[in-house]
Amino acid sequence: MNPQLNKDGELQHLLTTEGLPARIVRDILDRAATFLDVAEGREIKKVPLLHGKSVFNVFFENSTRTRTTFEIAAKRLSADVVNLNIGSSSTSKGETLLDTVDNLCAMHADMFVVRHSQSGAAHLIARHVAPEIHVINAGDGRHAHPTQALLDMFTIRHYKKEFHNLRVAIVGDVLHSRVARSQIHALTTLGVPEVRVIAPKTLLPTMVENLGVRVYHDMVQGLKDVDVVLMLRLQNERMQGALLPSAQEYFKNYGLTEEKLAHAKDDAIVMHPGPMNRGVEIDSVVADGPRSVILSQVTFGIAVRMAVMSMLAGGKQ
Amino acid sequence: MNIHIKNGRVIDPKNHIDAQQDVFIDAGKIAGIGSAPAGFVADRTIDASGLVVAPGLVDLAARLREPGYEYMATLESEMDAAVAGGITSLACPPDTDPALDEPGLVEMLKHKARNLNQTKVYPVGALTAGLKGQELTEMAELADAGCIAFSQADAPLTDTRVLLRAMQYAATFDFPVWLRPQDSFLAKNGVAHDGEVATRCGLPAIPVSAETIALATMLALARDTGVRLHICRISSAAGVDMIRAAKRDGLKVTCDVSMNHTHLSENDIGYFDPNCHLVPPLRSLHDRAALRAGLLDGTIDAICSNHAPVDEDAKQLPFAEAEPGATGLELLLPLVLKWAEQDKVALPDALARATLHPARVLGLDAGHLSVGAVADICVFDPAAWWKVEPSALKSQGKNTPFIGYEMQGRVRYTLVDGQVVYQG
Repeated sequence: MNPQLNKDGELQHLLTTEGLPARIVRDILDRAATFLDVAEGREIKKVPLLHGKSVFNVFFENSTRTRTTFEIAAKRLSADVVNLNIGSSSTSKGETLLDTVDNLCAMHADMFVVRHSQSGAAHLIARHVAPEIHVINAGDGRHAHPTQALLDMFTIRHYKKEFHNLRVAIVGDVLHSRVARSQIHALTTLGVPEVRVIAPKTLLPTMVENLGVRVYHDMVQGLKDVDVVLMLRLQNERMQGALLPSAQEYFKNYGLTEEKLAHAKDDAIVMHPGPMNRGVEIDSVVADGPRSVILSQVTFGIAVRMAVMSMLAGGKQ
Repeated sequence: MNIHIKNGRVIDPKNHIDAQQDVFIDAGKIAGIGSAPAGFVADRTIDASGLVVAPGLVDLAARLREPGYEYMATLESEMDAAVAGGITSLACPPDTDPALDEPGLVEMLKHKARNLNQTKVYPVGALTAGLKGQELTEMAELADAGCIAFSQADAPLTDTRVLLRAMQYAATFDFPVWLRPQDSFLAKNGVAHDGEVATRCGLPAIPVSAETIALATMLALARDTGVRLHICRISSAAGVDMIRAAKRDGLKVTCDVSMNHTHLSENDIGYFDPNCHLVPPLRSLHDRAALRAGLLDGTIDAICSNHAPVDEDAKQLPFAEAEPGATGLELLLPLVLKWAEQDKVALPDALARATLHPARVLGLDAGHLSVGAVADICVFDPAAWWKVEPSALKSQGKNTPFIGYEMQGRVRYTLVDGQVVYQG
């Protein structure tokens, strides 16, 4: 049984883009488009869809940026929002993850937005909570970050209109990236015929091609004629553990520069989930250049998260 | 007490018996098969119509969690589970707290187990002090206290010079050394097989080469030292091939596999089922097929429960943080039967892998029903179905990947030294 759908095949939780039916993905993107107006066209940036609902942002791993976008999304839906940075409180006192969740349930949470450093944490919580409570995975270990992937799909659709004629390249640390895994599943679900990953062998997981991607180790070949370039963040700690020799060598081979980007299609767009390491995975000239849509991603991210939250807890629109 | 087990299907792999026969037990020993010895008068008669009468099972790996981990399980609870599973002899690994590295600890364990009058417990002593992989233990003293072999359990022994010395020293006294092959650098932080499932789930992975590299080291040192080497919990197809080749070359090596690995694969992890967080990790379907083939062709000598009861709280965590291990004593027999049925293995051949062959690995005169042998017997109903549920398990550990499975084969009587110690 798919743990994120209810018995009627509707979205109960959003845990991963893997196995998420294409119709639900399209519903989320369509609904997000209507929410863009809420932010842009109106005097009052609120709709009452989640009025009276309590959304708990439970972050076991710190992330000001993602937490803030969820908070804004929930508030624009008129929900009451509680932010908890658990990393620095309960677990250090010995409370288990599910104890924490039980306590928050007792405070009548309607929805949890969860980030955790361990893969599968959101699934564990979703299995545990009562059926009227919804869980949104805001990133679990290396496993999944579905709202990021969905906002990326929204951005791609905004600029490219269709998915069935695209060539998309994902560049960087796929091994440690929950974003990359969720992007791959979302892109293949939406019918993108060619998804590429470009990385050195130390940053690719075993049998990654079984996820439905083509593997490239050379940026020039991998970027040739692509429509969309999805850059991944490279954590500084990857320079340890014999994964990479240096940030300089990485940038030379896998950093996105104007020169390398010239091999992509003329109208290719460049995306990045943020926060960027300028000069490590991406050159500032590209990040701030005309083909970068990175700031649009941030704007669209709020609309997409509103769409997901309202779909889970707000009933039919 | 004289016991007459009548009308059962007697299966004894050693003596090639598979027939409806009566078994007569006198003074704790098997006094007759087929016909009663002269003057035999039964104090008790067990009607085994429709049941199989087999040697008691011999389990090469059962953690009883004493001393040190009584919150996970106790000797009492796990011995109840063992007899309910038809297991009459078991070896327990030394990874208790403290580790079984001092004769006093081993004597205490043996003493406590003996007083329970149930399954016979054969402790495996620590190969190095505290399982730290640095200093040798007093193996001769530990053997006097009752250790039947020496092992690192799942603790790493990275220093190959220490491993060489440990094997040399053990070989001096002809003590067997039991090792689970895993390179600790390649396995570092890993919780799942390095394959498609770990990639999809984003779980830190352990490659097959972690097993084969360690195995190559162990086999090379066993060749040099002449030690009797037993390889524990082999998990990969490549590992099975290496054992097969080593045996062909005449090396004194034996090998076991966990029942979890002959029945499950990485795919069973599903949506991060912490019950499938096991050591070694569940590998691919290809590996599972090779493990089954190796068990059948004798490359792998024995199938074991790898019983490792874990308390509930330690499992209700994200996959990687969940304590590895699963309860198994009560599932060994049904899973051996399931393997036999699925792979069309004759029942006596299948049972041999859980009775006679592991007894040989242990160097025990057990696992058979010869006249004059100790009457350690398992009488089971091969047709009885039951559902694996926490309430159906006597083990204090309720976690197993097989929760919810329907199993065929239920123990009706377990006899140790001719005494009925379990009746179900």
